[in-house]
Amino acid sequence: MNTYKNPYDLKKIKEGHKLLKDFKYDPSPVIKGYTEKTLYINVGTKEIKEKNVPEKMKELFTGGRGYDIKLLWDAVNENTKWNSPENEVVISSGPIGGTTQYPGSGKSIVMAISPTTTLPVDSNVGGYFGPYLKFSGWDALEIQGKSDEDVIIFIDGDKGKIEIYTAPFEDEDSHLVSEELTELFAETEKDRKFISTVSAGKGASNSLWGCLNFSYYDRRRKVARLKQAGRGGIGSVFRDKGIKAIVCKYSKIDPNPNQAVDLDTIKDIGAKYHKELHDLDASQNDMRHVGTAHLVDIMNEYDLLPVNNYKFGQHELTPRIGTNVWRDKFSQGMPDGCWYGCTMQCAKGIDNHILRTGPYKGDSVCIDGPEYETAGGVGSNCGIFDPNYIAEANFYCDTYGVDTITFGTSMAFVMECYEAGILNKEITGGLDLHFGNGEAALELLHRMARGEEGFPKIYGLGIRRMKKHFIENYGADAEFVNSIGMECKGMEYSEYITKESLAMQGGYGLANKGAQHDEAWLIFMDMVNNQIPTFDDKAEALWYFPIFRTLFGLLGLCKLPWNDLEPADNGETDEPAKVPEHAQNYTDIFNAITGLNETNESMMLRSERVYNFQRLFNFRMGGGTREGDKIPYRSAGPVTNEEYLSRQERYDNQLVDKYGFSAEDVKKMTTEEKVKIHREKRLKDYDDLCTATYKRRGWDNDGVPTIEKLKSLNIDFPDAIELLSKR
Amino acid sequence: MKVLLKNNELCIGCKTCETTCSSLWFKEDNPILSRIKIAEEGNSFNINACNQCGECIDVCPTEAIYRDKNGIVRINENDCVGCLSCVGFCPSQSMFYAPKVDKPFKCIACGACVKTCPTDALSIGEEDTPLEKVFYRENV
Repeated sequence: MNTYKNPYDLKKIKEGHKLLKDFKYDPSPVIKGYTEKTLYINVGTKEIKEKNVPEKMKELFTGGRGYDIKLLWDAVNENTKWNSPENEVVISSGPIGGTTQYPGSGKSIVMAISPTTTLPVDSNVGGYFGPYLKFSGWDALEIQGKSDEDVIIFIDGDKGKIEIYTAPFEDEDSHLVSEELTELFAETEKDRKFISTVSAGKGASNSLWGCLNFSYYDRRRKVARLKQAGRGGIGSVFRDKGIKAIVCKYSKIDPNPNQAVDLDTIKDIGAKYHKELHDLDASQNDMRHVGTAHLVDIMNEYDLLPVNNYKFGQHELTPRIGTNVWRDKFSQGMPDGCWYGCTMQCAKGIDNHILRTGPYKGDSVCIDGPEYETAGGVGSNCGIFDPNYIAEANFYCDTYGVDTITFGTSMAFVMECYEAGILNKEITGGLDLHFGNGEAALELLHRMARGEEGFPKIYGLGIRRMKKHFIENYGADAEFVNSIGMECKGMEYSEYITKESLAMQGGYGLANKGAQHDEAWLIFMDMVNNQIPTFDDKAEALWYFPIFRTLFGLLGLCKLPWNDLEPADNGETDEPAKVPEHAQNYTDIFNAITGLNETNESMMLRSERVYNFQRLFNFRMGGGTREGDKIPYRSAGPVTNEEYLSRQERYDNQLVDKYGFSAEDVKKMTTEEKVKIHREKRLKDYDDLCTATYKRRGWDNDGVPTIEKLKSLNIDFPDAIELLSKR
Repeated sequence: MKVLLKNNELCIGCKTCETTCSSLWFKEDNPILSRIKIAEEGNSFNINACNQCGECIDVCPTEAIYRDKNGIVRINENDCVGCLSCVGFCPSQSMFYAPKVDKPFKCIACGACVKTCPTDALSIGEEDTPLEKVFYRENV
């Protein structure tokens, strides 16, 4: 339970609500995973309407991210900017979303045209909102328009009504507004579990990389927990539309909320998986007690944990922010799933953290996380190995509606620029932004969230725009900042070192949304186990895994239960990296819900269709070509002499073993020469990888899906063909 | 606290208990629906029924599972969403589920099977309380 020095005033908040619009509807029942309706709300005109889902849309786009992308495609045009009124925030769960028996079945997938990438971006998130939205009658929600005053949207799935209110007195920051609205819209304390909110925060209003917080009420901790749709700045779009929060209420959850055709099959699959977690998790990843933070030690061990803006992959101080530290800090002994039945329960939390900085200094709060990405991003990548700093930064990023990954990676870039002399205290407003200075990093976060002009504003634009600004205004060397600024397509990298895994460089660079690892995480297959040695092998992996993993977004699923737990005999299967038994579960559950008779291959086709449509959407918005897939050199190899010398033996050996130089030649080379050779070779390798992958994906040599490819996927819509015909 | 005590050595595998249990609670003589299960293990039998340890209480996401005033672990069906977490995480695999039954079920030490067991392998007797290894309490 959180305690505040300045408690909020619910009475005042309620009195501030002026009803702007109400809309009554008969909630469509969920049948076989679908309601067949989507909800459209324009917060500018206050128009609310229901739309039927055409049979063709269901067949071709499946649900979740597929529905999002179809609705967004129809809503925008090629000139739409992130803050154009016609841009939308689209939220959808998917046909499996809301299943209670199988872990990880409560995801929402959110899409919008991104402020930072200017392309469509998708982000998936836990919490109860997506399932509650569907059970309230809506397969998807699209929000368009811009309100000139702050509003909240209330969707009451129990009573079949939607209301838009003015919201002058709610707090903006998520830990408060989610709690206020949960309390306000629940009739009793017990009812709070039936409320889920979506909100952002001040940081989302004052940067381009705001995230969305989806809540669920933790009845043991008595706090509205928050899960983040972090990537791509959708929270900034949300705040630009003048939305303070969306609230959904639904109270009739039962064991078969999707009205599955064959619930018994789902029960069997679910019970077996729960037992597997019970038996194996502690000896595998211990997700139940540490969540994704278990990765800190592993990544450090394999030289993959980003340190000092991805210069290095290891640090002697890592144990200070290592797995055991988080296991101790997280409250244990209670369910931590962000949807019912998720026994993987990676949504760990630190209770009773006393804040020591910022506007909530002295308050006692529950912190959601940190996850691995946060520990790596705000911690090691900024050279900060203080768990209390990481926890504090995690809390403030969340409540400000700021993506921890973007905050961390951007801060790491700023710190390296500071140490390189590009930035100084005069520019930063007096902040000493050396690696390791957590106090300064937090202060910059607070200043940015407050909307301070000057450097905080520039920082909130993200790395792509900072690079330009530093070159144009501070005389920064373009090649240097472009090499060390870790973004692709305008999205900041998540937290893995990729220098020794070419396939993973592609995993980031060739991802539709930008530099996020959720499409393909191939480092172990590639670098550690050497299972995909050739370009064709890597291209095959860069076809299979992004397509397969798209499925999670279509169906309303979390990726983690697929491969963060493996069956005991997984190693004996033909392709352990694909975790065949767990992959099969998804096809079986989809069939059991819908009554269809899909195969793993036909499910892949569903994914491939949406995946290609998203690439085409990128192309429509001015991206989606080879140029946009280029990566900053630091993700491919050592930029500086310092980096080279830190792993000199490895790099020198590669010059001999991989690139054919004699040991004698290498001895005679200066470090500068060696850095240059590596750069040329590695960037050529990456370019060749792109070529091989485009070919495997059925795209042309510039990385654009061909008309033939669209035809084979049945997405050769007239507007798509017209778009490609202009080439 | 009184729980169902089991003496495997006296069990002859007649499964009268399963018949009694399923008939009482589901009005159907069907071993799948019994809250006590007899399994043959070599030359002997293993009696599987809940020992009221309560680990499922801490696993249940909806707090539907609770310990009643007599110490018996029970499921509040109104709050149960049928996720079956408790089934997978029961240390003795004594939480059951069945086709066409959407929510899990378990022994609540009602004693009906004790009365029909021909060999006195079953009895109601004292057990230490409570047995939970972990139980989250606020601010602890």
